Amino acid sequence: MENSHSFVLLLVTLNQTINVSVVLIFAGLAGLFSERSGIFDIGLEGKMLISAFFAASVSYQTGNVWVGMLGGIAASMVFALIHGLTSITFRGNQLISGVAINFLASGLTVVLGNAWYRQGGQTPQLSGAARFHEITLPFADTLRGIPLLGPLYSDVISGHTPLVYVAFLMVPLSWWVLYRTRFGLRLRAVGENPASVDTAGISVIRLRFTAVLIAGVLCGMAGAYLSTSQGAAFGKEMTAGRGYIALAALIFAKWRPWYLLMATLLFGLLEAISNLFPNIDVFGIFTIPVQFTQALPYILTVVILAGFVGKAVPPRAGGEPYVKER
Amino acid sequence: MDKMPKWADVFLVPFINLLLAFFVSGLVVLAVGENPFQAIWIMIKGSLGSTAGLGYTLYYATNYIFTGLAVAVAFHARLFNIGGEGQAAMGGVGVAVVLLAFNWQHWWLALPFAIIGAGSFGAFWAAIPAYLQAKRGSHIVITTIMFNFIAAAVLGYLLNGALKNPNNQNAETVPFGPGAHLPTAHEILAPLGIQFSKSAPLNISFLLALLCAFLVFVLLWRTRLGFAIRAFGQSETAARYAGINAVKITMITMLISGALAGMLSINVVMGEQGRLIKEFVEGAGFVGIAVALMGRSHPFGIVLAAILFGMLTQGGFELLWEMPDLSKEMVLVIQALIILFTGALDNMVRMPLEKLFLRLRKEQS
Amino acid sequence: MCSVATKGRQETAAPSTAPAIELRGISKAFGPVQANKDISLSVARGAIHGIVGENGAGKSTLMSILYGFYKADAGEIFIGGKLTPIHGSQDAINAGIGMVHQHFKLVENFTVLENVILGAEDGQMLRPSLAKARKLLAELSDEYELSVDPDAMIENLSVGHQQRVEILKALYRQADILILDEPTGVLTPAEADHLFRILNGLKAQGKTIILITHKLREIMEITDTVSVMRRGEMTATVQTKDTSPENLAELMVGRKVLLEVEKKPATPGACVLEIENLRVVDEKGVERLKGISLAVQAGEILGIAGVSGNGQSELMEVLGGYQTATGTVRLNGRELDLTGRHSDGQSRRNSGIAHVPEDRHREGLILEFSAWENMAFGYHNDPKYNKNALLMDNAALREDTRQKMDRFDVRPPIPRLQAKNFSGGNQQKLVLAREIERNPDLLLVGQPTRGVDIGAIEFIHKRIIQLRDEGKAILLVSVELEEILSLSDRIAVMFDGRIMGERMPEDTDEKELGLLMAGMGTREAN
Repeated sequence: MENSHSFVLLLVTLNQTINVSVVLIFAGLAGLFSERSGIFDIGLEGKMLISAFFAASVSYQTGNVWVGMLGGIAASMVFALIHGLTSITFRGNQLISGVAINFLASGLTVVLGNAWYRQGGQTPQLSGAARFHEITLPFADTLRGIPLLGPLYSDVISGHTPLVYVAFLMVPLSWWVLYRTRFGLRLRAVGENPASVDTAGISVIRLRFTAVLIAGVLCGMAGAYLSTSQGAAFGKEMTAGRGYIALAALIFAKWRPWYLLMATLLFGLLEAISNLFPNIDVFGIFTIPVQFTQALPYILTVVILAGFVGKAVPPRAGGEPYVKER
Repeated sequence: MDKMPKWADVFLVPFINLLLAFFVSGLVVLAVGENPFQAIWIMIKGSLGSTAGLGYTLYYATNYIFTGLAVAVAFHARLFNIGGEGQAAMGGVGVAVVLLAFNWQHWWLALPFAIIGAGSFGAFWAAIPAYLQAKRGSHIVITTIMFNFIAAAVLGYLLNGALKNPNNQNAETVPFGPGAHLPTAHEILAPLGIQFSKSAPLNISFLLALLCAFLVFVLLWRTRLGFAIRAFGQSETAARYAGINAVKITMITMLISGALAGMLSINVVMGEQGRLIKEFVEGAGFVGIAVALMGRSHPFGIVLAAILFGMLTQGGFELLWEMPDLSKEMVLVIQALIILFTGALDNMVRMPLEKLFLRLRKEQS
Repeated sequence: MCSVATKGRQETAAPSTAPAIELRGISKAFGPVQANKDISLSVARGAIHGIVGENGAGKSTLMSILYGFYKADAGEIFIGGKLTPIHGSQDAINAGIGMVHQHFKLVENFTVLENVILGAEDGQMLRPSLAKARKLLAELSDEYELSVDPDAMIENLSVGHQQRVEILKALYRQADILILDEPTGVLTPAEADHLFRILNGLKAQGKTIILITHKLREIMEITDTVSVMRRGEMTATVQTKDTSPENLAELMVGRKVLLEVEKKPATPGACVLEIENLRVVDEKGVERLKGISLAVQAGEILGIAGVSGNGQSELMEVLGGYQTATGTVRLNGRELDLTGRHSDGQSRRNSGIAHVPEDRHREGLILEFSAWENMAFGYHNDPKYNKNALLMDNAALREDTRQKMDRFDVRPPIPRLQAKNFSGGNQQKLVLAREIERNPDLLLVGQPTRGVDIGAIEFIHKRIIQLRDEGKAILLVSVELEEILSLSDRIAVMFDGRIMGERMPEDTDEKELGLLMAGMGTREAN
């Protein structure tokens, strides 16, 4: 009895982990593309937030969640374009641009939400075709009987919304693009030494804009997931710092796709644990406060950044606008 | 020769940036279906039209002077301290610890110790990222962001545990004693026969902020340490040649920066709230970035920019009452646009202006 | 697939007497600076053509225009007799032009192979491109003595090998015209010789080569024709065999160069600086100084000759206090701290060492600071510049700067002007004024006349000799052999972190020193 209870708890935790990791995977990959091209992006948070708002709004207006998602992606891409304009075209400070984007999203979502729906920044609840629903994978019910693996398949892997599976497919896809295609080679090169790309006759500006826009698309999906898949409406500040956790995961993963998956799952697990078990009692000796679990991703990232556990070396041209030398 | 005259660099460019930010903000207001000019009028009236409004404006400005100075000092050493939010939060813990430790008899006795508490806790919170940057090369922007979140967790933990007021449900400390109450503008000005709103939270911390601005000016442009900080910020290789110790300068600069951010809690925690609550910083740490950018990292510019941002914040609350379709978050939008135009899109205005001045000069000669 | 390359090939295949490159009336301005003025140039197919000129003469700008890095304000480019508008590097590559930049454009943490195909991939997938490049690279390596490990990371390769990768990149793109910008600046003499063999091999295959340099020896040695640039203008194009280094030097600077500096014989006094067995290991674990021993006496100039990158910078950094080392250094008999708390610039200044660094933009000056702030730079702790324990005396500092600017003829003599607004020569005078007027026991001078106009060079040389005549010890590092020969009372040659030998200037000549700089000749026991 005790054992099966723990098993169910484990399944619930894993299920939750997957659900909360999705946002981090999308946003982390967004950061990966942007930063690998040499553009720092601390505006992941803002892009997700604006997308979450527009995804929910458009879904509500059209009644179609897919159209809603496109709306979210479009909004996120507009913000990505602003970031590209400031940091690539006008060679501004990429960090400051990111801060501005986060502020802008925080303000704009509430101002528009309030003006349109008068619900204190909330959007109306979505239902039916206006939100994503869980899909059951083939044989999920038949295989449940198999010990261990059965429930794992039926209750953890099956039964998520479509975007969850998209997110997990994005990881190998991103890896393949970065390491197996011409575009990936050029993208990585432009983040390390843009002059090498420029002298090879390839436009640094176009490459970086492409990367920044890809980041926009991925953040758009993350936002849409938050408001139309995980939740059923937009809520004020609903990203709640996940953009920064994704950034942390990206550093933790040393800017590599597969490591990123591991890092986001780890951070997702921590979030799931803090949601499910606020204060953890360790053998009755002491209690791990919920704040510690919540802060752990940030603490781990600082430890990694400090180089105590392996060194995280960012792309060498990161954060520096490209200026041709005389 | 310089590409454009100094006045254009110092005043014209920021002014155009500001104008652009307000223009785009106006478009947002228009999109929401309100009249932007009316909105500006409401904000000006609300922030300057009464002593209550002015009191709030300057109260917010006080916060922004502190955080703006914090960002600016770090900027001069080419360090981007984005952790003002966390450093201010920890400063609040410092103030609370000091003010709860004794039963203070007079505010002027409590204030110096509260300043030490706020400053040292804020500085401590900046010290770790500074050390990691100086010694281990960890990017200070990322570590200070992380420390903002860690600070929020620490504050939450303390206010639910060791520092919690046992007498109620809220995550807050017990109120500080009456001896820790800072004189408000009303209390200072009433004996002089000047009537100032009783409700406005403006207090003596405003003078402390102005003093800090002056001290920062002296530090940066009149002392050897300031010279070394600016030299280090301009060129790390040259600083090395001159024998300026990078680790030392990074540490000292960030300690000063963190302490200045921590000072915010003197105004909010000691001056206004009279107890430590969660989330009392309310984004002022981030606004400090905008203020420092707008003020060109010069204390005089920062004071002006802080007052402008104070007006925005206070005016934003007024908007809420007068224009139901507009939320106070409109202020966030304006702030964001100011950061965007003055900080990140500076070149958009600067480059055409430089060309213009170059052409003017050519025509003259 | 690679349509780019086939086009280039066809053009070479067509027999033609048209010049490989012809430039007509090229002009380019950067803001108020006219970098290229109405330049015309013609380079014959299969020739090695040299372009010489001083720093800032406009050589690199011209080549950057040819390679599509900049767009000319006016002028036309003909490639193989055909008008070829070049709007970007891609156009230049398509026209069969390859360029090896002075600072390599390689991705450090990519392999050689990845660097070679970058931008010239076949199709969207990497795998076939890499396989093709591997095969082609092997062929090219054999053909031109260009062997490199295709799977090595660039950051693990020597500078010479990295340069080969750059050449391979151009050849992989089937370049017929190869531009090399100051290719030997970072090479050892042996590597430079190897490079020249490669270039001659390429020439034999019918490739056209443009060599930008300021080293006349190289021009005489390898080029067929040579053009001289001065202040943005093309002053002459001649057959190399019809000219002489003296003639070229005169064309470069525009008047007879005063190579001989007037000076009295030195009267060396007590030993000021003694260096014994100095070793430096850099952060990558590479030994940069391999046991240096030197001595400088009061009233003499010890010149250190050598190709840059052979340890001279590290030596200056150790003495300047910002590079740790092992061994012994004594100043006036007192041992200096080489690793601990007192091995920094401030301690060195206090002990009587002044330092004119090799790179005034990166080290000697803060370009954004005013002249008067720069005058205090490094000496901001000096009581003279401070009112009290807390505040600096800015007014006194400005007055002090005004006087120094006057004495060193810095123009314009405005203390409030930012350092970046002075010309190279005047910037160097600012640094020199600051360091010389400290009245140091030992003056370290690195590349005192790099990027400095002729007028200022004479002034700077005079002031250095004047300081010597006042009985100070001077350690001079310069890559300009002529400068070393004309200023030094004694010459030490550095190669690969070692002192290859010491000579008196009257007993030696450029040839012998050149051999020592190349690591040849007898090595003295250190």
